Amino acid sequence: MSQALLSADQLTCIREDRILFDQLSFDIYPGDLVQIEGPNGAGKTSLLRILAGLSRPYDGQVKYAGNTITRVREDYYENLLYIGHLAGVKGELSAEENLNFNLQLHGDSCENVEQALAQVNLTGFEDALASHLSAGQNRRIALARLWQSKAKIWILDEPFTAIDKAGIATLEHLFIKHIDNGGTVILTSHQDLQIGAQRLKRITLDYNFY
Amino acid sequence: MNQSISYWQTFSNVLKRDLQVAIRNKGDIFNPLVFFVIVITLFPLGIGSESAILTRIAPGVIWVAALLSALLSLERLFKNDYNDGSLEQMLLSPQPLFIMVFAKVLAHWLLTGVPIIIIAPLLAVLLHMEESAYGALLATLVLGTPVLSLIGAIGVALTVGIKKGGVLLSLLVLPLYIPVLIFATGAIEAAALNMPYAGHLAIIAALLAGSMTLTPFAIGAALRVSTN
Repeated sequence: MSQALLSADQLTCIREDRILFDQLSFDIYPGDLVQIEGPNGAGKTSLLRILAGLSRPYDGQVKYAGNTITRVREDYYENLLYIGHLAGVKGELSAEENLNFNLQLHGDSCENVEQALAQVNLTGFEDALASHLSAGQNRRIALARLWQSKAKIWILDEPFTAIDKAGIATLEHLFIKHIDNGGTVILTSHQDLQIGAQRLKRITLDYNFY
Repeated sequence: MNQSISYWQTFSNVLKRDLQVAIRNKGDIFNPLVFFVIVITLFPLGIGSESAILTRIAPGVIWVAALLSALLSLERLFKNDYNDGSLEQMLLSPQPLFIMVFAKVLAHWLLTGVPIIIIAPLLAVLLHMEESAYGALLATLVLGTPVLSLIGAIGVALTVGIKKGGVLLSLLVLPLYIPVLIFATGAIEAAALNMPYAGHLAIIAALLAGSMTLTPFAIGAALRVSTN
């Protein structure tokens, strides 16, 4: 079997004196689509933030292609796309300016920005300020990056929040294309994905009371 | 592997974006400036218009007002980015964090420091400052206000995750501004007495050189800690 792209090694996370998860280990290979499940407060977002290197685990480490991510930070971040709860969209900038900046920040090309915005149904809103758009449209500005990204690992925290049904179908289609090309998608969602069970890996976090 | 975007490009992208955001949000630029002007005009009203006293206190008043207005404007350096998630995206960029941080601080100085430098001579007239001290006033402001932005940014980066970090921020940052204040007012007073003030300026310049090279790393580290 090929080498794991991303692996969690004995991760422990403690928040407010509560153990969210203890000694959690798993490997993610190219072509995996992983859904992290669990009730509210089970630590899904904490896990994603730890995987992205935004938070530090209490114990254990995250490895990218066999190396601890803090050691190979630049290399890891060139191959990582993380979209969290907050969209990272500035209200004072237009949809196109936001997308351009986010792409440049991660070294992706800005050539087909209009097409990417068309993919998320924002044609005609390119020059509208993000603060004048709806929550779902703001989310779509952030998600438009997915179409331009060269990153192999996508970590998405609740990507479907505020997105309509047609939008979700388009996104799922894109995820399948991405994993077929040897990428991986790690996401949390309370919705059931319309993706065949044989392609979907699940990691379930339980709510612990201690 | 992906060096198509150079460090310089990253720097100018972040700088351009921050200026653009500020220009569309005009209150951010004008509030600290108006604050600066009002604080200084309050002194002649409170103390009386006797020119001897005003001349004596002018350097201190202008510099203290500059410190406070810098402090007032600091919060927006990272707070908005933290609240809308763009700070997270910056932390996740493969580009070095200190370059982006430096661009953000430069944008902050251009928007708050430079207007103060431009308007300060006008307010010095109001306080009957000695004519020979104008050069020193401008020189200390040009060298000193970037130090205020750079050192203040460490404090903002440390408090960005706290809901009401404003008071804590001033407690953290104001003591660190003391050296700049002492040498800046010292230089202006020396100039008013027609004495050489190059030594004072050299010390402020050294503070600037030191903070320009070191603080971007400290700010970056502080941001990683406070978003943890």
